[in-house]
Amino acid sequence: MRNQTPLFGRWQVQLILLLSLCCSASVFAQDAEISTTAAAIDTAPTEALATTAPEFDTLVKALTQGSLPKRAQTAKKLGQLDDPRVIPIITALQQGSLYAEKSVDPLVAISDNAGNYVNALNGEKIPATQAEPLKRVPINNTMRSQLRTLLASLNLNDKKPAVRLNAVNRMIADGVDEDTIALLQERQKTEPNEDVRDAITTAFALMNLQSEKASVRIDAIAVLRGSLQQEVRSALLDIANNDSDIKVKQQAQFALDSIEDRISAFRLTENIFFGLSLGSVLLLSAIGLSITFGVMGVINMAHGELMMIGAYVTWVVQQLFPNQIAYSLMIAIPSAFIVAGLVGIAIERGVIRFLYGRPLETLLATFGISLILQQAARSIFSPLNRAVELPEWMSGSLVINPVLSITYNRLYIFIFGLIVFFALLAILKKTSLGLKVRAVSQNRAMARAVGVRASWVDAMTFGLGSGIAGIAGVALSQLTNVGPNLGQAYIIDSFMVVVFGGVGNLWGTLVGAMGLGIINKFLEPYAGAVLAKVLVLVLLILFIQKRPKGIFPQKGRAAAD
Amino acid sequence: MLTQRLLLSDRGGMIVLGLVLIAMVLVPVCNLLIPETSSLHISTFMVTLLGKFLCYALLALAVDLIWGYCGILSLGHGAFFALGGYAMGMYLMRQIGPRGQYGDPLLPDFMVFLNWSELPWYWQGFDMFWFAMLMVIVIPGLLAFVFGWLAFRSRVTGVYFSIITQALTYALLLAFFRNEMGFGGNNGLTDFKDILGFPIAADGTRISLFLASGFMLIIAYIACRYIVTSRMGKIIVSIRDAETRTRFCGYKVESYKLWLFVFSAVLAGIAGALYVPQVGIINPGEFSPLNSIELVVWVATGGRGTLFGAIVGAFTVNYGKTIFTSYSPETWLFALGALFVIVTLILPNGLVGLFKRNKKTPTENTVTAVESKTETAATKETV
Amino acid sequence: MNIFSQARRTLGQPDPNFGAPLDTTKGTILYVEGISVSFDGFRALNNLNLYINEGELRCIIGPNGAGKTTMMDVITGKTKPDEGSVYFGQQINLLELSEHQIARGGIGRKFQKPTIFEALSVYENLELATAADKRVWWTLTQQLNSAQKYRIDEVLLQIGLAELRHKDAGALSHGQKQWLEIGMLLMQNPRVLLVDEPVAGMTGEETEKTAELLVSLAGDHSVIVVEHDMKFVRSIARKVTVLHQGSVLTEGTMDQVQNDPKVIEVYLGE
Repeated sequence: MRNQTPLFGRWQVQLILLLSLCCSASVFAQDAEISTTAAAIDTAPTEALATTAPEFDTLVKALTQGSLPKRAQTAKKLGQLDDPRVIPIITALQQGSLYAEKSVDPLVAISDNAGNYVNALNGEKIPATQAEPLKRVPINNTMRSQLRTLLASLNLNDKKPAVRLNAVNRMIADGVDEDTIALLQERQKTEPNEDVRDAITTAFALMNLQSEKASVRIDAIAVLRGSLQQEVRSALLDIANNDSDIKVKQQAQFALDSIEDRISAFRLTENIFFGLSLGSVLLLSAIGLSITFGVMGVINMAHGELMMIGAYVTWVVQQLFPNQIAYSLMIAIPSAFIVAGLVGIAIERGVIRFLYGRPLETLLATFGISLILQQAARSIFSPLNRAVELPEWMSGSLVINPVLSITYNRLYIFIFGLIVFFALLAILKKTSLGLKVRAVSQNRAMARAVGVRASWVDAMTFGLGSGIAGIAGVALSQLTNVGPNLGQAYIIDSFMVVVFGGVGNLWGTLVGAMGLGIINKFLEPYAGAVLAKVLVLVLLILFIQKRPKGIFPQKGRAAAD
Repeated sequence: MLTQRLLLSDRGGMIVLGLVLIAMVLVPVCNLLIPETSSLHISTFMVTLLGKFLCYALLALAVDLIWGYCGILSLGHGAFFALGGYAMGMYLMRQIGPRGQYGDPLLPDFMVFLNWSELPWYWQGFDMFWFAMLMVIVIPGLLAFVFGWLAFRSRVTGVYFSIITQALTYALLLAFFRNEMGFGGNNGLTDFKDILGFPIAADGTRISLFLASGFMLIIAYIACRYIVTSRMGKIIVSIRDAETRTRFCGYKVESYKLWLFVFSAVLAGIAGALYVPQVGIINPGEFSPLNSIELVVWVATGGRGTLFGAIVGAFTVNYGKTIFTSYSPETWLFALGALFVIVTLILPNGLVGLFKRNKKTPTENTVTAVESKTETAATKETV
Repeated sequence: MNIFSQARRTLGQPDPNFGAPLDTTKGTILYVEGISVSFDGFRALNNLNLYINEGELRCIIGPNGAGKTTMMDVITGKTKPDEGSVYFGQQINLLELSEHQIARGGIGRKFQKPTIFEALSVYENLELATAADKRVWWTLTQQLNSAQKYRIDEVLLQIGLAELRHKDAGALSHGQKQWLEIGMLLMQNPRVLLVDEPVAGMTGEETEKTAELLVSLAGDHSVIVVEHDMKFVRSIARKVTVLHQGSVLTEGTMDQVQNDPKVIEVYLGE
C-alpha cells in the first residue's frame, strides 16, 4: 500500500509528460509543415523560372497577339506550365483586366480595381507615365468560357486542398455543365482530400438533377440532402416547385426541409454563440464589480470608467508600439491591470474607506468619481472616439460552413473571459489574499479579530476588482471604439448581471452574465436590439420578485439578516 | 395649531418659503412693469430660468421625502419627472393643431413624417387640458405604484433598489428613443405653440408659468411638511432607522414605502409637467440615469432630511451649473463630480447642516439598510 | 392550490388585530408543533414542539446554534418553516400571517441587539408602538387620545424611564435601551412577549431590575425569555426548556433540568 502511492504518482507524472510531449510534438509537426510549404512557395518560382522562363515569357506575350483561337491555344499551353504566375494572368485575361502594348515585344500588365498596373512577368509596379500605351487585351464569349474551364482545371489541380475546394465550389456557383463535369470526373480519381471529394459529389448530384430520368434525380436529391450551399438550396427549390414527377417533387421538398432544419440548428448555434460572446463581455465587466460588491458591500459606480481606463491604456500602448500591433495586447493586458488597479486603490484609500457601512453614500461618491474620470478622459484624449487596431490574428472569422461563421475577436474574448474568470476563482480559492478576502466578506469583525488587516484586504480587493475592470477594458477595445463613454454603456448591464447572479458569488456572476447575454440575443431577432434590452430589464425586475437575492444567494446565517 | 405644526416650528422652511414668495412678487413686477432699459429689469430668459429652478426644487423635494426621510434612494426619479413632462408635452403637441410644418390637423409632425395615418390610442384625449393634467398625476403615480409594489413586496432595499430604479429609467430611456413608441423618438416633443390658448413664448405666459411653479412648490412643501410632522412621518423615519423594529411594531412597512414612493413620484411628475412648457421641449434625454443621480446630489448638497434643504440644494447646484456651463463647460463635470465626493465625505448633512450643528446627524445612525455593517462603521469612526 | 381555496382560507382566517378576543379556552396560548427549518442543508430546527400556557413565564436555554433565535423568527413570521404548524390560541394560524399582522395580533418581540428608533425621543418611541390603527392613511391624521397618553405614562413608570421621556432614544444607555424596547412591546398590548437575551451586556443592578420587570409582566402576559445567563434564568424561571440541535432536549424546573444527564452532556461534553 505504502509502495503503491508513489508508484501511482509516478505513473501520473509520466502520463502528463507523455501528454505534453504529444502536444509539443504536434505543434512542432505543424510548424514544420508550415515552414516546408512556405519554403516550397518560396523556391517554386525560382526553380520554375530557371527551366521555363524563356518559354513563359514568349507565351505570355503571344497571348496578347494573334487570332482568338490561336490565343486560346496559347493559353492552354501556358496552363501546362508549372508556374505560379500563370493563374493570375489567365484570371486577368478572363476578367478583362490584362493589358498590353501594341508591339512585337509588348509590355504585358495586370490592372487592379484602383487602376494601378503591375508587370505581369516580374510583378513590378508600372508607373502611370508608362501605362499610357497599354490597351486592354480583347477576348470574346467563347474564349471567356474556355478560359474559365482552363482556370477551373488549373485551380482544381492546385497543391493546396483549400484552393481546390474553392475551385469546385466556384464551379458549382457558376453552374455545372458537361465540360466541368468532365474535369471533375478526372480530378475525382486522384483527389485525396475528403472535403474536395464531397464537393465534387455535390457537383455531380447537381448535374444529375437535370437528368431526364426521375430515378437519377431522386438519387441526386438523396445526395444533396443536408447540404448547406445556397446553390443546392435554390436548385432543390426549383425541383420542388416545378418538377414533372410528383415523387421527385416530394423528395426534393423533404431534402429542403432537412436542409432548413440544419440551417435553423446552425442559426441557433450562432445565436447561442453571439449570446455567449455578449455574455463574456458582460462577465468581464461584471466580475470585478461582483468582487467589490460582494466582499466589501461597496457599489462602485466608477467601475465602468475603470474599464474605460483599461481601453485607453490599450490605445496608448498601440500608439507607443505602432509596428507591433500583434504583440501590443500582451503589453496592454498587464499594463491595463496595473493602471486600473492603482486608480482603484487610490479611489479606495482616498474616498471609499471613509464610507464603509454606508453603501448609498459610496454609490454617490463613486458616481462623482466616475464623472471626474470621464471628463478627464475627454480633456486628455479628446471627446472623440479612438479606434484601436485589431491585431492580425484577431481579425477575420472562422468559417465553419456556409451558414455558420464566428469572428475571431469574439471567440478570443470569450476564451479570455473564461480564463480571467477561472484565474480569479483560483486566486480566491488558493492564495492567502483570497482566503483573507473570503474571511472579510463573511465576517468582517471576526476576520479582524483573528488578525486579518481588514483595511489592507479592502484596498487589495478593490485594486483587484479595478484591475479586472481594466482588463475588461482591453477586451472591449477589441470590439468597439475607445471613448470617454465606453464605461457608461456597460455599467448598468453589469450591475444587472451581479444582481441577477447573486451578490458575492462568482459562479452566479458567470451564469448571470451568460444567461443575460443569451436571453438578450434570443430576444433581439424578435424585438430588435433596443426593445430586447428593455425587455431584459423588465424581466430582471420581475425576476427579482421571485428571487430577491439572485440565482445564487449568499449562504449562511449572516445572509438571512 | 396646524400652522404652528407645519410652519412656525420650521424656521429654515419659513425663510425659504418667504424667499420664494418674495420672488413671486418681485419677478413679475421687474419683468413686466419695469422697462427693459432699467437695471432692475429682469429678462424673460431669467424668468424662465428661475421657473426652471422652481421645478427642480419641487423635484428635489420629492426625492428628499423618500431618501432623506425614508432612506429609499431612488436613482430613477428623473423618469417620473420625464413622464409628467411627456404628458404635458403631448397636450402641447395636440394644441399645435394644423399649425405644424405638415399642416395635419390631428397628427403631430413627427407622426406625419413617419407616415402614420392615424393618432395612436394613447394620444387620445390629450387635447383636453384636464385630461392631460390627470395623466400628469396618474402616469407617474401608476408606474411608481406598480414598480414600488413589486419592489417593496419582495423587500428589495438599499443599493438593490437604487440599481433597479436606475435600470428602470435606463429602460425607459431606450424605449423612448424608439420612433415606434410614438413619442417623437430622438427629438422628443417640441415646437409648442400655445398653452390654454395663450402663446407659450409670450412674457405673460412665462410669468404665469413661473408663478404656477412657485405656487406648486409652496403647496407641495406644505403637504410634505404635513406628512413628515404627522405620526406617519415618524413611522417613515422609523422605517429608515430600524425597518425590522417598525415591522414588529405592527406596521406594514411595504405599504408605507409604497404610498410615499407614489406620492413622491406624483410630485416629480407635476414638476416635469411645469418644466416642459417653460423650456419648450421634452426628449428622451430627460430619462438618462445621469439626470436622476444628479438630482440626488442636489438634495445631498442642500441637506437631506430637511425639506427646505432640498430646495436650497436644487437652487445652489443649478445656479452653479448655469454659471459654470456659461464660462467653461468642460469644468462643470469636474465640479459636479467633486461635489458628489465632497458632500458625501465632508458634508453629510449638506449646506443646511452647516447651520445646524447642535442637532443630531441622521447619517451616523442606521440610515442604510445594511444593518450588520453599521457596527463596523461605528468602530471605524471611533478608531 | 387554486385561487378560490386560497381566497377561502384567507377569508376564513380571522385577522388578529388589537383588542380582538383570542380563543384560549384550553389554557394554552401558543402551539408550536413539528417545526423544521433548514438553511442550505443545515437544519436549524428539527421537529420542534413547544406549548406555552397563558400567563406563563418560560425560559429557553441551549447552546449556540440550538435554534433559539430561529424559533422566534418562526413564531413572529420572519422565517417560514419547511414543515410544522404554529397556532396562536385555538384558531389563528400564524404561518399564514405576515410579521406586522402577527405583531398587531398580540405577539411582541424584543431583539437580541436593542433596536429602537434612535432619532426619536423615548416618548415618541412608545407613541409609535401604541396599539392603534396602523394603516397608512390613519397615521396621517391620528393624534394620541387621553387613554393612550395615560397608557404611555403607565409604561414609562413600569420600565423606569419616566424621567427621560423627552430624551433622544439614541442617547440612552444600553440597559435603558433594552427597557425601552420592552416598553414598546408593552404598548402593543401583547398576549405573548418574546424576549431575546434581555440582560446581555447589562450591569448587575440592571440585570436585577430587568428580572423584576419580567417577573411582574408574567401573569398578564405570557413571557418567553431566551437567555444565556444561567444565574439570571435561575432567578426568574419557573419552567425551563432546553433546546439542542433544533429540537427540545428536556423541559422542567431549573433544578430538574440542571440535573438531567442529557443536559449535562450537551453543556459539558462527555
